[in-house]
Amino acid sequence: MKFNSRRATALVALTLAASTALTACGGGDGDGGSGDSAETITFLPKNLGNPYFDASSTGGEDAVKAFGGTFEEVGPTNATPDAQVPFINTAAQQGVGALVISANDPTALGDALEEARDAGVKVVTFDSDVDAEYRDLFVNQATAEGIAEAQVDLVAEQIGGEGEVAILSAAANATNQNAWIDLMEEYAASEYPDIDIVETVYGDDDDQTSFDKTAALLQSHPDLKGIISPTTVGIAAAARYLSTSQYKGQVALTGLGTPNQMREYLEDGTVTAFALWNPEELGYLAAYAAHALVEGDITGEEGDTFEAGDLGEYTVGANGEVVLGEPTVFTVDNVGDFDF
Amino acid sequence: MSATLAPPSTGGAPSGSGASGGRVRAALGHALRSREIAVAVVLLLVVAAATARNDSFLLSGDGWRDLLLTPSILLLLAAGQMLVIVTRSVDLSVGSTMALTAYLTGRLFIDQPGLPIPVVVLAGVAMGALLGVVNGVLVAYAGVPALVITLGTMYVYRGAMLSWAGSDRITADQMPKDFLSLGTSSLLGIPVLTIVALLVVAAVGYYLHTARSGRELYAIGSDPDAARLYGLKVPTRVLTAFVLCGALAGLAGVLHAARYGSVSSSVGNGIELQAVGAAVIGGVAIFGGSGTVWGAAIGAVLLVTINRALPILGIPEFWQRAVVGALILGAVVLDRLLAARRARRLDEERED
Repeated sequence: MKFNSRRATALVALTLAASTALTACGGGDGDGGSGDSAETITFLPKNLGNPYFDASSTGGEDAVKAFGGTFEEVGPTNATPDAQVPFINTAAQQGVGALVISANDPTALGDALEEARDAGVKVVTFDSDVDAEYRDLFVNQATAEGIAEAQVDLVAEQIGGEGEVAILSAAANATNQNAWIDLMEEYAASEYPDIDIVETVYGDDDDQTSFDKTAALLQSHPDLKGIISPTTVGIAAAARYLSTSQYKGQVALTGLGTPNQMREYLEDGTVTAFALWNPEELGYLAAYAAHALVEGDITGEEGDTFEAGDLGEYTVGANGEVVLGEPTVFTVDNVGDFDF
Repeated sequence: MSATLAPPSTGGAPSGSGASGGRVRAALGHALRSREIAVAVVLLLVVAAATARNDSFLLSGDGWRDLLLTPSILLLLAAGQMLVIVTRSVDLSVGSTMALTAYLTGRLFIDQPGLPIPVVVLAGVAMGALLGVVNGVLVAYAGVPALVITLGTMYVYRGAMLSWAGSDRITADQMPKDFLSLGTSSLLGIPVLTIVALLVVAAVGYYLHTARSGRELYAIGSDPDAARLYGLKVPTRVLTAFVLCGALAGLAGVLHAARYGSVSSSVGNGIELQAVGAAVIGGVAIFGGSGTVWGAAIGAVLLVTINRALPILGIPEFWQRAVVGALILGAVVLDRLLAARRARRLDEERED
């Protein structure tokens, strides 16, 4: 390995030139974007390619169109906190009006979000929150209690209130899944003493990992009666495994899923019921909340109220939270009414 | 079988000149030193331990099927990777290639309904081969190390996948039932995907062992300069290896779509390193010139199976990854030790 010094010098020069040019551009963008341009609302989901966030972005886009702003969606392919940071930095440099983000970690994004807010960007979290000091508002899909209880009730109903249940979650550090799982365990212990939550496994919101973890769950717990998967990727992968497995119809599966992903498994009897709030409405509400912040109608204080288009009026609760409402339960009877 | 295919020597003939009486002992010693057998023994131990803990790991219908089915995709990638590694290259772009072909498969079913399944499979393989041609041409003719080229194409292909698929996800209800059942159905108790993977491994093994051009891949990996001086068509052979590797990654992508029934932009993220890991565990020397496709295949099965067995043995998630890492490190260290010992012995023989 001989080091070619002339080529290396050229490379260094090139890099320097490129970085100077980029810095210059960045400065220019910041100056141009911060004041006069049309109100830009940037959506930053946990990852792209996730039908749940496709739906929330659709709702967000509708809302942004309705109040006449500019909608943008950016995001990483992997649902990891470090992958979200560059997108936050870019949004801050561009001086967008508001950043609407579903966080992959409650604290790791804090510095980047603080910088963005110092640059005048309003930060609204939706679906998965960061610590309250890093954002202006959190648009919550439902209260964590409501979500946890709905899923435990569903599985309890399907397995007759007793037996072993396992949980197939997203990433091990996913904020909302962990909060729900804690609440599910508490609620199951108090309401259904005969239900035993035996294990929680993590499918990282990846089809293949979730699929293989489902297989492992069924093998390591021969007496398993039900699986709760509080993540849309997880429940679809688990349903796909179960639908061709000897356990189809014997092990109940429920959790949070989207109707389009789960339709087939409702129809073939692998799954009888699952829950979810309407993610389009969630994105829609988050966009309107961002709009109200940018316009200065609200500051995120408890008791502030704002109009959210077709959804009506919402009030900011404690800790800067706005709650969308109760989750919807999907069964083979009503799944045809939904398309997301 | 694997013993006869064991690493061709890098110089001279290590087994020829010894005393005639030690033939049986030499064969036995060879078997014990054979990486394929060592890895297969570890694999059997893992399966035995998991089955002892929970007999459904092997004995239930699902258990038997998953044991054979789960490794099949990595098996294809490892076989392709082995072909490239043996020529002293590496292909890090196989995960991205696989993602592109998996998405192509889904798109063809959505955009061209009624297209026969074999045509779609061939289209996937052809696309993989084409991406392999790009890698191969850059590596063989531009003379830049494969590690750098394929690291680049890994990002380029993944970027292409992202801009093509965007946030689109192909789900099971968009693909034909017959195609999806390929991913789960069995023939005489053996899953179809496993049969496909084994046929591919057998074909690659046959090619490497018997075909002149297959043997030349080893020669190129052992000493590229000597191979060139000897008159071997080094660039053509290296290109061939990359095209085959790409085609196998393409096939893996198609099978991924059939098995998981869902394609998103994150398909195959990081699987390229598993493929390299499988080959290394299976005794394929990372600097080329030695190793067998059987070794890579058993390495792939071990890698996947150990990941499935560890939760059953009650080992926490963090340690599961650490165990895989330890396996790879162990394999590399073992390689170095064996290579050093072989070199020392060759030196001694020369001095005698």
